[in-house]
Amino acid sequence: MALAGLLGLGLASLFAGGAWAEFVDLPHKGQMDLHEPATPVMERLVALHTGLLWLITVITVFVMGLMAYVMVRFRASANPTPTTTTHNTLVEVAWTVIPIIILVGISIPSFRLLYYMDRTKDAGLTVKVTANQWFWVYEYPDQKIEYESRMLQKADWEKLSAQDKERRPWLLAVRDNDELIVPANVNVRVLITSADVMHAWAVPAFGVKQDAIIGRHNETWFNVTKEGLYYGQCSQICGNLHSYMPIAVRAVPKADFDKWVASRQKSAGVAPTTDVAGGPATSPAR
Amino acid sequence: MATGTHAAHDAHGYADHTPGFFVRWFLSTNHKDIGTLYMVLAACAGLVGGGISVVMRLELMNPGVQLLAGDTAGQQWNTLVTAHGLIMVFFVVMPALIGGFGNWIVPIMIGAPDMAFPRMNNISYWLTVAGFISLLLSAFTGGAGTGWTIYPPLSSAGAGGHTGPSMDFAIFSLHLAGAGSILGAANFITTIFNMRAPGMTLHRMPLMVWSILVTAFLLLLALPVLAGAITMLLTDRNFGTSFFNPAGGGDPLLFLHLFWFFGHPEVYIMILPAFGIVSQIISTFSRKPIFGYLGMAYAMVAIGVVGFVVWAHHMYTVGMDVDTRAYFMAATMVIAVPTGVKIFSWIATMWGGSIRFPTPMLWALGLIFLFTVGGVTGVVLANAGVDIALHNTYYVIAHFHYVLSLGAVFGIFAGFYYWIGKMCGRQYNETFGQIHFWTSFIGVNLAFFPMHFSGLAGMPRHYVDYPDAFHLWNQISSIGALISFASTLWWVFVVFHTMFFGRKVGANYWGEGATTLEWTVTSPPPFHTYDELPKVSAAAHH
Repeated sequence: MALAGLLGLGLASLFAGGAWAEFVDLPHKGQMDLHEPATPVMERLVALHTGLLWLITVITVFVMGLMAYVMVRFRASANPTPTTTTHNTLVEVAWTVIPIIILVGISIPSFRLLYYMDRTKDAGLTVKVTANQWFWVYEYPDQKIEYESRMLQKADWEKLSAQDKERRPWLLAVRDNDELIVPANVNVRVLITSADVMHAWAVPAFGVKQDAIIGRHNETWFNVTKEGLYYGQCSQICGNLHSYMPIAVRAVPKADFDKWVASRQKSAGVAPTTDVAGGPATSPAR
Repeated sequence: MATGTHAAHDAHGYADHTPGFFVRWFLSTNHKDIGTLYMVLAACAGLVGGGISVVMRLELMNPGVQLLAGDTAGQQWNTLVTAHGLIMVFFVVMPALIGGFGNWIVPIMIGAPDMAFPRMNNISYWLTVAGFISLLLSAFTGGAGTGWTIYPPLSSAGAGGHTGPSMDFAIFSLHLAGAGSILGAANFITTIFNMRAPGMTLHRMPLMVWSILVTAFLLLLALPVLAGAITMLLTDRNFGTSFFNPAGGGDPLLFLHLFWFFGHPEVYIMILPAFGIVSQIISTFSRKPIFGYLGMAYAMVAIGVVGFVVWAHHMYTVGMDVDTRAYFMAATMVIAVPTGVKIFSWIATMWGGSIRFPTPMLWALGLIFLFTVGGVTGVVLANAGVDIALHNTYYVIAHFHYVLSLGAVFGIFAGFYYWIGKMCGRQYNETFGQIHFWTSFIGVNLAFFPMHFSGLAGMPRHYVDYPDAFHLWNQISSIGALISFASTLWWVFVVFHTMFFGRKVGANYWGEGATTLEWTVTSPPPFHTYDELPKVSAAAHH
């Protein structure tokens, strides 16, 4: 336990500095849009979504406008005699062909994004994520590091300073030393699997989400271009504490990452802490 | 049933030879009575499913867990969510549109005296009731906390899954309701193909009938796949098979593919009859025939056919091969084309018309606009890349509630206000109907539009609690949900008021715009509608 405390101190001196000096990705109050991108994948995703959003807004306003016009112009008091028009070849061709053209237009950047997201380019680091009910296990196979990542329990969360509570919000905060540490500006390959039911590992600011399924490894990748702390939440219904297994990833300078790896490996003899063998944490609301 | 001719029926003839109460309502072979039974079931189930959603939104109104208690609050939440979904899909929308309006209206519209298999029609209804009871039993034995999609391993009985009978009751519920729907589908297809009155060619059928015909084919082809999937889940749970268990050589993904092969056509099953209702209403209140009839009919066929080959757009994050995802993205986008044809054709129908705006027309117009909103967010979700950010967030919930709660459900209410006078002989109060529409419209938009924002901001689905930052949109959503439910309770009042105090109406109370066969028979129609088959001429209308 003393060792874990030392480890915590070590981490604090490695990473923190001033508590707010680092960038933290959180949803902000009343947020209406996607998270600020922290990876090239998310940048492209946000750009494509912005384009789509403009397009669907125009289409919706157009339909709304047509309907409003029709309802006013052809209301019974303004047009007592209906026509009998039931065909207009030009218009029928137009409203078939124009949507096709629009869809083809959408598909070009869409295929590009999809294929870009899929290929893990020359990974500088591999991380393996194993989902459990209701926590994550992070492994660095090449560095021989493994540890659990669990949500910070309510009693411990209450003890945080007000400032810390903002950086580590309730339901997103993980226990000290439970963050997934990765080097910034390195292609990180993530292998995801599950030890029990389906879960999903997601980090909104990275544009990453993959299901964790027992019996298979799913692969995704990210390259965090901005150092800081990033949060996500389990994204596939997995039982009682589905809402209580957050994801926290910290992107640090490569040198700091190497130091962290070294210090973790030194204490590799220490078994990861578990409350009860195989059991879930107690209900976090208590 | 009685054969031979009878004296011409007048309005009083309706009561002349109806069977006694028990035979009439429990052993029915009458498509109108069975339609009524389905609608009553749908209304009751709707109050249960809606009540559950009120509890859900009350819980989510503020951060923290307020209503549910104890260490299993999460599991309780999950069972509420699951029950809400299963009830609304299988025991509200489907019974109301297909069992209710389908049974009541289709035979009359094609000039048929009843369905092809009247007794099997009854079995379909009671199987659906049995399914609902099974689902309630599931709720009372602990409840299934898997979401309506019941994915294994969470729905299996292995480590971390659901041991105990509640999951099995939920599976049986789907078996029973599914069997009822398959039999009903066979009934509709046979009726529509074989029992149209002389002169009623397929291309003269009302679009409502086309919509039920396409829906019936979707049911017939998709439900057996669901049956297979849930039977395999049942044997995995109880008989030692491992279809979905990797330790025994199986794969959870097999379930997902089988489920969604059914699941995607299912959403078209839910909306197509509503499209049919909208076509009838727009035409009636614009006093114009539907623009581009063949385009409309075959657009529905296209939606149905293409709807069978897009299922994996529900599975973009499971780890499928990239080329497979690319295909499903492209195929899904294709469906926007026939759907757009329908939206524009409805507008073109109104163009040049002489439009009135009684309550059914308001619901139909609301559907057209709000389904468009839901449809365009579907185009965003179809995008396999962008979906990575949106999958299993509230954006998805916003999308499908727009197309379902504001699509299918608006269609149900549209049909109700359009045909209630026909079905019970008394008309609704127009002011009351308008109140229902406007309060509902405000409520559901307040409830579901903010969910787009929560979803974009990253709020996941199936969560009992959320970080503070998501409070604002959740609060607004909850207020909208309460307004919506209050509006539904108002509607229950409208139903009873109509049945007891509604103005009595004749055969065609909508005027010259109402051109289909149901407007040529009394309100309500005789117990047996057509003692002599109507003759349909070339001038016959859709």
